[in-house]
Amino acid sequence: MSSAMTRRGAALLLAAAVCLGVFAAQARATELFVTNEIDDTVTVLNGQTYKVIATIPTDQRPRGIVETPDHKYVLVCDGDSSNIDVIDTKTLKVVRRIDTGPDPETLAMSPSGDKIYVSNENNALVTVVNFATGKWITQVPVGIEPEGLAVTRHGHTVVVVSETTSMAHFIDTKTWKVVANVLVDTRPRIAEFTPDQHWLWVSSEVGGTVSVINPRTHKIVHIIYFHIPGVDREYIGPVGVRFTTDGRLAFVALGRANRVAVINAKTYKVEKYILVGQRPWQMMFSPHRRRLFVVNGLTNDVTIIDVSSLQPVRSVPVGRLPWGIAVVP
Amino acid sequence: MLRAARTFALLTLVLLASVSASPSYAARAAAGRTGLKTFRIIFFRQKYHFNPETLPSLLESHPANLGLAGAEEATYELNTAGKFIGWDFKLDVITVPDGGNFLAAAQKLLAHGPRIIIADLKANDLLTLSDLPAAKHAVILDMRTIDDSLRQQDCRANTFHLLPNQAMLTDALAQYLVLKRWTHWFIIQGPTPQDAVYAADIRRSAKRYGAHIAADKVYNYNPGSRRSDTGYQQIQTQMPLATEVDADYDVIFVADETDLFGDYLPYNTFAARPIVGTQGLVATAWSPAYQEYAALQMQQRFDLFAHRRMTELDYGGWLAVRIVGNAVMRAGITTPVPMRKYLRSKDFLVQSYKGQGLNFRRWDQQLRQPVLLMTPLMTVSISPQHGFLHPGYTTDTLGFDKPETKCHLQ
Repeated sequence: MSSAMTRRGAALLLAAAVCLGVFAAQARATELFVTNEIDDTVTVLNGQTYKVIATIPTDQRPRGIVETPDHKYVLVCDGDSSNIDVIDTKTLKVVRRIDTGPDPETLAMSPSGDKIYVSNENNALVTVVNFATGKWITQVPVGIEPEGLAVTRHGHTVVVVSETTSMAHFIDTKTWKVVANVLVDTRPRIAEFTPDQHWLWVSSEVGGTVSVINPRTHKIVHIIYFHIPGVDREYIGPVGVRFTTDGRLAFVALGRANRVAVINAKTYKVEKYILVGQRPWQMMFSPHRRRLFVVNGLTNDVTIIDVSSLQPVRSVPVGRLPWGIAVVP
Repeated sequence: MLRAARTFALLTLVLLASVSASPSYAARAAAGRTGLKTFRIIFFRQKYHFNPETLPSLLESHPANLGLAGAEEATYELNTAGKFIGWDFKLDVITVPDGGNFLAAAQKLLAHGPRIIIADLKANDLLTLSDLPAAKHAVILDMRTIDDSLRQQDCRANTFHLLPNQAMLTDALAQYLVLKRWTHWFIIQGPTPQDAVYAADIRRSAKRYGAHIAADKVYNYNPGSRRSDTGYQQIQTQMPLATEVDADYDVIFVADETDLFGDYLPYNTFAARPIVGTQGLVATAWSPAYQEYAALQMQQRFDLFAHRRMTELDYGGWLAVRIVGNAVMRAGITTPVPMRKYLRSKDFLVQSYKGQGLNFRRWDQQLRQPVLLMTPLMTVSISPQHGFLHPGYTTDTLGFDKPETKCHLQ
């Protein structure tokens, strides 16, 4: 925890560390940052006690949220304000605003943290921004309502999915050209590479499926379907996708089905459906992927799933219409 | 239906709407389309006489491109996808002028064989088109009508209906009223045949969902105030008289499809009761005030394109073009016979901004869909309501389900 201590050496916490010694480690636990779309805030939760540490005011309609690779900042897309709020993870304050062009829905960072990729939902663009200067490097035209972004480990390719065009677009980061377009089922929301980078999973919210794409050939190799006894097909809306570190299991948030599917990522068989709050979309792991945090848009809370037992262990309230989550170790 | 054609717009937007959307569309569509396969989407419409004086509220307008603008926006959307996979979509708009020879135009349209046609037509004209011998193997996407008869005794194998019909609308309202336990209804019905159909649907919905008709009355008098200087004074005396009944009820369920008096009811009734039906709380496929399930993006996109708000008819046009585009891009279908098969198959799905993909009922080729319950400014709810169950699709709790249909298309 020592690196975390220096990173967040706020005066109060330092004082606590001196006075309380061993307890200080707990005070520097992981923190969860959750965007509340209609509150225009980010709720910060302590990663051990799940108590609210801070509620940070943002610009309008915060949705997409990521942390920088060095954990110093959390970046929040403010859709109705056309910018990104940069939150300092030490002071928990917005320290900077970056212009993104209209309606940024979500974002991703290059592996080194030098570039931000923003999906401009209303303009069918991906805007590439230099994080240090805030200057735009380029804008890449893609399909309508671009949303989820995925970046390869070495940063050579950025994938964006467009909800209305129903495609995954592969962008080459050397030429900033779209090199391939893969038509998937209706309304794709999230793209996520498997940890070994061999496959790209794309969730289709209205289609009710997850497409597994070979990123070298740009062909769909498998489509995963969901059947939940007692839940009508039209309520199954896959959005968030996350993999365990070993790549064995995938978690897929199913929207109005109010469940997270646990999928064997090798056989594509659904092993379990975990009941969570209402309309789960985005998810994020704890630093060692022992816990999965599921953001429930309609119940205004986060369900915490224990990854080894695949059980929901508790849920904690956040703001209204929570959308995205970032976890800072 | 007049109601479907209404738009709630600010005066400035009404003025802006006179600037046609076509030039910007043409400019966008023309940009670099070489090496692509072209698919021409046929948009066939009859211009109907419309007197803007009949709109009760000054905040309402009747833009010339109602419906068409939705189709144009959808064509633009298709082309953003199409350019990535080798398709170029063109919207061919064929307009029969008011008083023009509809039959001749329809025959000419089908002179070179069956086609896939988006029809912006009222019920009578739609049937004329559907029943032409040359249309037997055509596919007609009805983006306009809400008439029950076209889903029942007058259904046709070559015709698919996109907007919810009247029985779906009254069921959508009924489910919500029953959920609220507002189960005693006073029906006030206007003078037109469409009002009679809608009122019959209200009675049917009451029976289906266990509500009671506390009072049932036909209002034949045309209040006629509309755009007159002192209209409200007339209204203020007429509406209490029209709504005075010797019964206890929870809501007034109004059946006034041509907006003769329904909009005058709120705050003018004899008793203090909410108004639902064709005015007041209405059931509809789309409203410019609707923003759930990413509809906000659709509304913003439409406004950027058409410089006005998106109405139910625009949504009908948008759905029709998206349906054709899905068939072409996802299934490679460009001709009517495989198109009909595809639209009736399990593979078919169209995005709706209602939180689910939509498909067609096989028995009457009506698009299954959630129905919005709207006030002019707000979404009140979306039906089907929780707890109204169905073994197949919960949306089949709205309208004519398979066991009760008079239409058995194969």
